[in-house]
Amino acid sequence: MATSLTDMVRFSWTALTGYPARTILMLTAMAIGVASVIMLTALGEGARRYVTAEFSSLGTNLVIVFPGYSETSGLNPIAMVGTTPRDLTLEDAQALTQNSNIRRIAPINIGSVAASFQGRSREVPILGGNADLLEIRHWQIAQGQFLPASDLDRALPVCVIGRKIRDELFAAQPALGQWIRLGDRRFRVIGIMGSEGRSIGVDVQDTIIIPVASAQQLFNTPSLFRILVEVNTRSAIESVKQAIIELLKERHQGKRDVTVITQDAVLLTFDRILGALTYAIGGIAAISLAVAGILIMNVMLIAVSQRTAEIGLLKALGAAQRQIVSLILFEAMMLSAFGAVIGLLLGELGCFAIRQAFPNLPAYAPIWAVLTAIAVSLLAGFIFSLLPARQAARLDPVLALRGK
Amino acid sequence: MIELKNIHRDFLVGEQKVHALDNINLSIEAGEYISIMGPSGSGKSTLLNLIGLLDSATAGSYFLNRQDVTSLPDVQRAATRSKTIGFIFQAFHLIPRLTAAENIELPLILAGTEPVQRRPLVDKAVAAMNLADRAHHTPDQLSGGQRQRVAIARATIMQPKLLLADEPTGNLDQKSGQEVINIIEQLNQQGITVIVVTHDSTIGQRATRQIQMVDGRIKSDQCSAPTGVN
Repeated sequence: MATSLTDMVRFSWTALTGYPARTILMLTAMAIGVASVIMLTALGEGARRYVTAEFSSLGTNLVIVFPGYSETSGLNPIAMVGTTPRDLTLEDAQALTQNSNIRRIAPINIGSVAASFQGRSREVPILGGNADLLEIRHWQIAQGQFLPASDLDRALPVCVIGRKIRDELFAAQPALGQWIRLGDRRFRVIGIMGSEGRSIGVDVQDTIIIPVASAQQLFNTPSLFRILVEVNTRSAIESVKQAIIELLKERHQGKRDVTVITQDAVLLTFDRILGALTYAIGGIAAISLAVAGILIMNVMLIAVSQRTAEIGLLKALGAAQRQIVSLILFEAMMLSAFGAVIGLLLGELGCFAIRQAFPNLPAYAPIWAVLTAIAVSLLAGFIFSLLPARQAARLDPVLALRGK
Repeated sequence: MIELKNIHRDFLVGEQKVHALDNINLSIEAGEYISIMGPSGSGKSTLLNLIGLLDSATAGSYFLNRQDVTSLPDVQRAATRSKTIGFIFQAFHLIPRLTAAENIELPLILAGTEPVQRRPLVDKAVAAMNLADRAHHTPDQLSGGQRQRVAIARATIMQPKLLLADEPTGNLDQKSGQEVINIIEQLNQQGITVIVVTHDSTIGQRATRQIQMVDGRIKSDQCSAPTGVN
């Protein structure tokens, strides 16, 4: 006394196509639920990948040293802004180059001054750096050259400007070789940054880069903002980090007053935060699946009452209660499955549209979200049709045949 | 074949208890042709539903083929309905979205018969009911007589021993009704026990055994020789 699977499929199919309005209603609800899970997790995952990629573009095997140290564990966003109890100096940076595991260092200074050329003037962010900065940050030069390799303490009067600065100060004139005024000093433009120069925190197209010693003179400060350290190998990162802390402690009269973070730590933190965010919005979207499930329950209850006579007939023809239950459940599961497939297609289409609209955002739904969405929709279809199915099975056949 | 002993069936209508069946004792042999007649509310349909295992007695016992079926669990009741009993209804009760052949096939599907075995059975039933050119039409494309013939084919596809018909001609015109009754009588001649509930006395009187019901009781139960007249 068991109806075969193909017969169940055929019978459910006739039932679904026999009542197109309610079938379309339920398919839509389920499809929207699945599509929203897929699209929202794709957005979250896209944001995570976007941020991760941005951080990777900071450089590879990077250790960042900055002045100030607070006794908190983990990555403290306030520590990144940092107050400066003791200066981090060029000599400190120089001392780091002794470590054989360190490939390059880039001491950095930042500030902002008025830049002017032939009467055009504007306030410009200044980045003091060195020749190695280009390599460490994976920047590119569009025209001319980057800062020349020289001793860190040589304050050469040269600068590399971003494209936006060039457009604003020079308009259509050639900029290379020209002298511009930064504050009370003059600098010769030796290079223009390529378009690939954008990375988190700094828009290099809107920055003027000068030698770090020049920046110290310009801002009249001996202290550095950061020291970027590129380590030879990934495995050496942790030991270099410790070595830097020890060395600077020694140089600073035994006081630990710098914070050293690794790029990995930053990445990991963002990865975790955004990963959690993706789960959270995925969970929120899953609520719409539950709503779809409740709609399925309502519509199946209506379906059972619409088809009371039919259920009575099936009983008269020899269907046992559990057969009625499995028929109704099967029908709901088929609906859920179709809805999930349509939702999957809609969701992927939506993700495609998002990627077209925002090419920077890699909005691909993670596979776990796709599988979960489908599993939850089937589960919701199953659970929420249990009640209608049981109700159908318990109908009194005599009354049911009379349509009551 | 059928043994009903002291059967009672009470319904609650509001606060009021209604005795639809009141101490029914009935014995039916295999192959009989029985009509149950009586005014509306006399309990004839309730009796038929009870015999068809669609309903259960409040008190009393029911033996079908010497087996006590008074309080069978659902699965066995369903199995008994499937194998032993065929139903014909006044309102036909065809599933509107299925074709005639598919409606006829339904009991086989519910019983889990293999498709290869179903096909010849359905074809045979379609041919026997003279529905060959109508097999792939849906019920709304069929006349009343054709619909009832589909229903009879469906009721007999499992080769039941017992055929229960509740006002089988109630929704049919004279000619179609006659046709349906002829088919039912042919089935009886092939050995199927037939019980017809009707309030049409011309149809009722054609049965070899006529039961009159009033107020949930059997008023008269008389056998008459087969008349053989139309």
